[in-house]
Amino acid sequence: MEKMRRILLKFIDEAGWPRIIIGFFLFSLFAIAPFVGVRIDTSLKDVFVRVGMNGVMVLAMVPMIRSGCGLNFGLPVGVIAGLLGALICLQFEIVGMTGLFTAMIISIPFSVIFGYFYASIINRVKGAEMMIATYIGFSVVALMCIGWMLLPFTNPIMVWGFSGEGLRTTISVQGYYQDVLSDILSFRIGEHFYFPTGMFLFLGVCCVGIQLFFKSRTGLAMTAVGKNPDFARASTVNVDRMRTHSVILSTALGAIGIIMYQQSFGFIQLYMGPFYMAFPAVAAILLGGASLKNATITHVLVGTFLFQGIVTMAPSVINSMMESDMSEIIRIVVSNGMILYALTRKELYRR
Amino acid sequence: MKKKFFHNEERTFFFTDHAVPILFLIIVAAGIPLSGYSASYLIQEMLLRLSRDSFLVLSLLVPIMAGMGLNFGIVLGSMAGQIGLIFITDWGIAGIPGLFIAAVLGTPVAVLLGYLCGKVLNKARGKEMVSSYILGFFINGLYQFVGLYMMGKIIPIIKPEILISRGYGIRNAVSLVGIRGALDKFLDLKIMGVAIPVTTYLVIVLFCIFIVWIKNTKLGQDMRAVGQNISVAELSGINVNRTRTISIIISTVLASYGQIIFLQNLGTMNTYTSHEMAGVFSIAALLVGGATVAKASLVNVFLGVALFHMLFIISPMAGKRLIGSAQLGEYFRVFVSYGVISMALVLHAVKARAQNARQRIQMRTEINAEVGEAE
Amino acid sequence: MENTVPLLCFENIEKEFFGNKVLNNVSFSVNAGEIVGLVGENGAGKSTLMNILFSNSVIGSTGGYKGRVLLNGTEVSFESPVEALDAGIGMVHQEFSLIPGFSATENIVLNRETLKYNFMVELFGDRMNKLDKSDMRKRALSAINKLGVGISPETPVSEMSVGQKQFTEIAREIENSETKLLILDEPTAVLTESEAETLINSLRNLAFHGVGIIFISHRLREVVELCDRIIVLRDGNVIRDIPSKTTNVQQIAEWMVGRQIEGMAALSDLKENRQVSLSIKNLWVDMPGEILKGLSIDVNEGEILGVGGLAGQGKLAISNGIMGIFSAEGDVKFEGKPFRLNDTKYAMEQGFAFVSEDRRGLGLLLEERVHLNIVFAALQSKGWFLKHYLGGAISQLDEDKALACAKEYIDLLNIRCTGPKQKLIELSGGNQQKVCLAKAFTCKPKVLFVSEPTRGIDIGAKRMVLDALKDYNKYNNTTIVMISSELEELRSICDRIAIVNEGKVAGILSPYAEAKEFGLLMS
Repeated sequence: MEKMRRILLKFIDEAGWPRIIIGFFLFSLFAIAPFVGVRIDTSLKDVFVRVGMNGVMVLAMVPMIRSGCGLNFGLPVGVIAGLLGALICLQFEIVGMTGLFTAMIISIPFSVIFGYFYASIINRVKGAEMMIATYIGFSVVALMCIGWMLLPFTNPIMVWGFSGEGLRTTISVQGYYQDVLSDILSFRIGEHFYFPTGMFLFLGVCCVGIQLFFKSRTGLAMTAVGKNPDFARASTVNVDRMRTHSVILSTALGAIGIIMYQQSFGFIQLYMGPFYMAFPAVAAILLGGASLKNATITHVLVGTFLFQGIVTMAPSVINSMMESDMSEIIRIVVSNGMILYALTRKELYRR
Repeated sequence: MKKKFFHNEERTFFFTDHAVPILFLIIVAAGIPLSGYSASYLIQEMLLRLSRDSFLVLSLLVPIMAGMGLNFGIVLGSMAGQIGLIFITDWGIAGIPGLFIAAVLGTPVAVLLGYLCGKVLNKARGKEMVSSYILGFFINGLYQFVGLYMMGKIIPIIKPEILISRGYGIRNAVSLVGIRGALDKFLDLKIMGVAIPVTTYLVIVLFCIFIVWIKNTKLGQDMRAVGQNISVAELSGINVNRTRTISIIISTVLASYGQIIFLQNLGTMNTYTSHEMAGVFSIAALLVGGATVAKASLVNVFLGVALFHMLFIISPMAGKRLIGSAQLGEYFRVFVSYGVISMALVLHAVKARAQNARQRIQMRTEINAEVGEAE
Repeated sequence: MENTVPLLCFENIEKEFFGNKVLNNVSFSVNAGEIVGLVGENGAGKSTLMNILFSNSVIGSTGGYKGRVLLNGTEVSFESPVEALDAGIGMVHQEFSLIPGFSATENIVLNRETLKYNFMVELFGDRMNKLDKSDMRKRALSAINKLGVGISPETPVSEMSVGQKQFTEIAREIENSETKLLILDEPTAVLTESEAETLINSLRNLAFHGVGIIFISHRLREVVELCDRIIVLRDGNVIRDIPSKTTNVQQIAEWMVGRQIEGMAALSDLKENRQVSLSIKNLWVDMPGEILKGLSIDVNEGEILGVGGLAGQGKLAISNGIMGIFSAEGDVKFEGKPFRLNDTKYAMEQGFAFVSEDRRGLGLLLEERVHLNIVFAALQSKGWFLKHYLGGAISQLDEDKALACAKEYIDLLNIRCTGPKQKLIELSGGNQQKVCLAKAFTCKPKVLFVSEPTRGIDIGAKRMVLDALKDYNKYNNTTIVMISSELEELRSICDRIAIVNEGKVAGILSPYAEAKEFGLLMS
C-alpha cells in the first residue's frame, strides 16, 4: 500500500498537476460524450486526424528546446518556408504524392536560409530568445503579407480573379495533394471512424529520425549545449554553431509540418494565417511534459494527443450540453495556461 | 614592455543608441508628403491621438523602472476598465460621473489582476515579458468567459440592449454614447480650427506629475534599485517581490484608466477586441519613442505616440499613392510596427550582453594599468 | 587599548561539511579598535568562518556548527545575514554589491535613506515618504571623508573606477552608524598601489575611532603593515595568533603552507634526461581572478610537473589558457612545433586533455549519466565511441563501447555508483571528481592538465586519485601538469614543482625542498 502511494506521488510530481488535471478532464469528456449525443468514434477520428496534422509542428519545438534556445515562438518562420514550397508546387501544377514531397523538398533550402538568419539573431540575444523569437515570427509574417501580394505567381487558382494581382488569402489544395498522405494505408470502421495511417507513418518516421539524430555526434553535442554550454565548449563543441543547427532544424520541421497540416486541412492559409501558429505547438509540447530546457519524443506525442484531444472534445461536448460555442475560449485558456505553468516552474538543477 | 593585451573599446554612436526613433522618423518623414494630407489635418489627428493613447503608454513606465521590462499585462488593466464601462453603460450613468464611477469600479478589478500578474511574474523571474504576454492571452480567455457566459446570467445586467439575443452575454459592440467625449469635451478649446481636448490633457499632465513624484519617494527608489540589480537590493533588505508586485499593480490600474480614456474618445467599445491591441500598440509606441526594455522616460512616451500613430494615419494613403494599393500600405505599417519591436528588443539584448563583457574587461584593464606602471 | 570584553569572540568553532572537517577548534577574538588580519589558503576555512558569523543558509542546511560566537561578551546566533547587519557587523565582499545606475550617495545610504513625511503615507503606507536628498548627500559625504578619499557623491557607480567602487562599498558599511565590526574580504585585490595605500590609512583611521576590523587578504605585505594581530588558518586550525610586529611575510607564508607530512607515499624518483615536450614562453591569460602576465616554463616529456602558489596568483590560468577556455596570448611550442592557442579543439586534437578546477561548472553534465559524461569529450573531439552508417554520413553513439569504457574506469578509480548508467547528480562530490578524471583519461592524452584534483574529496579518495595519476603517468608516459593549492600533494607525486606568483613563475623547486623555500616563493 505504502509502495503504491509512493509510486503515485512520484508520478504526480514528475507529471505535474496541470497535466494530470487535463488528462483527467479529457478522460471525463470522453466518458460524458455518448450521454450528450456526441459520437465517440467521430470524436476519436477527429482527434487522430488532428494529431497527425499537427504532430510534426510540435516536433519542431524539440531541437530548439534541447539546444537551450527555449520555446520556438518563431515557428512562423518555418511555416513561411513551407508555404513557399507549397505555392511553388502549385504554381508548377505538380499533383499527388509527388506534389507533396516536392513541396517539402523545395521548402528545405528556404528553411535553411531563413533559419540561418533567424539563428544569427537568436545567437546574439542569449537569455532573451523567446520574446524576440515571437516578434521575429510576427515581423516575418507581416513582411510576407507584402510578399504574397507582390510575388509573381500566375496559377489562376492561386491568384485573385479580377485583378490577377496578389495571392488569395486561402488556396485550396484539392486536386493537388489533399489527403494523399492520410489515405495511405488508411482504414475505416463503420460509417464514422477513419484512421489516417499514412500521416501517422510519416509522423513516426520523423520522430524516429529525430530520435536517431539526438543519438548522433551532432545531436549529443546539441543536447550538451542546452544543458551546460560551458561543458560543451570545454569538450570542443562550437556552441553557436550547434544553436544555429537547432534553429535550422526546427525551421525545417516547421515547414514540413505546415505542408502535412495542409494536406489534411485542405487549404493553404496565407497572410495573417500563420501569425499565431506557434502557440498551439508550444502549448502542446509543454502539455506533454516538456520544460523550457528539456523535450523528448514522448512529450511530443503525449502532448499533441492531450492538446488536440481537449481542443476537439471540450467544445463538442460542452456545446452539446450548453448549446453555445465555447471552443475558442477553451483553446485560449488551456494553451496559454499550460505555457504559463511552464514559465513559472522552478528550474530543477541549479549550479 | 609588453604591449597592452587587454582591450577596452568603448564606442557608442548616437545612431546605434537611438536607432529605432531615428529610423521611424525617416520613414514617417518620407511618408508624409507621399500621403498627401494637409498639415492642419495631420496636426488635428496628432493632437487627438496623443490625448487618446498616451495614458495607456504612460502606464508602462513604472514596471520598466522596477526592472520588469515591457508589461504586456497592461491588457489586464484594459479589461478591468472595460468591465467598469459595461456597468455604467448598463446603469445609464453618463458624462464625467459615469467615467468616474467606471474608474472606481474598475480599480479593484485592476488591483486584483495586477496582483495576480505580479505574482506570476515573480515566479517567472528572467522571463517576465513572455510571461506577461501569455498571461494577457490567458486572462483574455477568462474575460471572454465572464463576458459571454456570466454577464446576464450570474451577474445581473439590467439593459437587454447590451446583451446578445440569446439572453445572456454582452454584445460584441457596446455603444458608449453616454460618456462619449465626456472628458474630451468638458473643457475644449479651438485654436485655428483645431479642437484641443483640454481636460484630457490635464488628466495626462496630472499623471505625468504622479509618475515623476513616485520616483522621489522611498517606493520609487526601491523600485529603481530592484530594477537595476535584484540581488544587491535584496541584500540591502528591500522586499524585492513586494516591490515588483506593487509596480505591476500601479501599471495595471493606470492601464484601466487609460482604456477608459481611450474608449470615451472612440465612443464605442468592441467588448472582446478593443483591449487586445492595447498592449502591443502601446509597447510599440513606447519603443518607437526610443525607450528600451530597461529605460523609459516621458519623452519616449509622447514622441513614440506621435510617431507611431503618424505612421498609422499616413500608411494607407502613402501606400496607395506609392505602390497603388492601400492594403499594401497597411501591411507595410503592420510590418514596421512588429519589426520595430523586434529591433528594439534585439538591440537591448545585445547591448546588455556587451555591457557585461565590457565591465569585466574594464576591471582587467585597471589592473593592467597598474602593471604597466610597474614595468 | 585595554578592553576587558572583546568586541567579537569565536570560541571553539567546529564545522563539518559531509564528513569533511573544515573548521577545527577555532578560537580567537577581536577587540574594539583593533585590526586583526586573517590569512590562510583557499579552503583553509576563512569563508566558512565568515559564513558562520553571518549565519548564511549554507551553514544551517549542512548541519550547523559547534562552538560559540560572542558579541560583546554575549552569545549570539543570528537567523539570517540581515540580523548580523542589524547587530552592527558590516561586511565588504569581493564581489561588489552596488547598484550601477545609482550615484555614490544613493548606494551609500541604500535602504537607509533619510525620509520626509507627506500625507500620502496615510493612504498608501510608509514607502510613500519622500527622499530627503540633501540630507542623504550630507551623510554620504561624511562617510567618504571618514575614508579620506576624493569621490564626488553624485558620481554614478557605473562611471567609477574599480577602486572607487570599492571605496563606495566600504563607505556604505561605515555610514551605517551602527557598525562596530567591519570585515573586509580581499579589499585590495582590485586596487592600485596608491588606492590600497589610501584604504589602509582610512582603515587605521576607522580603528582609531573604535571600530573593530577583520582584514582577510592574500597580500601578506599589507597584512603585516596594517594589522595589529595576525591569525593564520591552515586546514581549519588556528596555527598562529600573534602580534604582527613579531613576524614577517616569509614566516607567515611558511605557516600558511607548511604541513606535517603524514604517512604520504614515498616521494617519487626523479627521472633524469628528459626532453622538453611543451615549451611555454611569455604566456598571458585573461582569466578573471587568475591573470597570467608573461609566464614562461618548459614541461618535460613524461614528467609530473606540479604547479603551486597562492590563490589568485595565476596558477589556474595555465591550463585554461593552453586549452583555450580563456583567451590567451604567447609563444607556445609542442614537440618542437608552434602550438595554436585559443582553440580547444586543436588542443585536444594535439593530444591534450584537462580536468578543470570548475568541476560543477564546465567539468560535468550533471543531468546526464555517468557513461555519457566519461566519453563525451573523446566523442566530440576525436569521434570515438561512435558507430557509423551510410558510409560515415550518420553517426550514432556506441552505447556498448561507452558502457564498457565507463565500467573500466569505475573499477580503476573506485567510483562509487550504482552503475555506469546512474545520473551524475546522484554521486558525491568526490566521485564526480573521479568521473572528471575518467573523462580526461578516456581521451588518451599525451599531455594532461589537472587542476585541483582532490578538492572537496575525502582523505581516502584523495590518495586514490593521486595514485591513479601517478600510475597513469608511469604506464603511459603521459606528461601531467598538476595544478594544486595543496603543497603536500604536489610534493608527494611530482617530479618538479613550480610556484606561480603575481602571474609569473617565481621559481621551480624539487619536491624535497623545505616548506620554507616554498613559502618564500609564494610571498
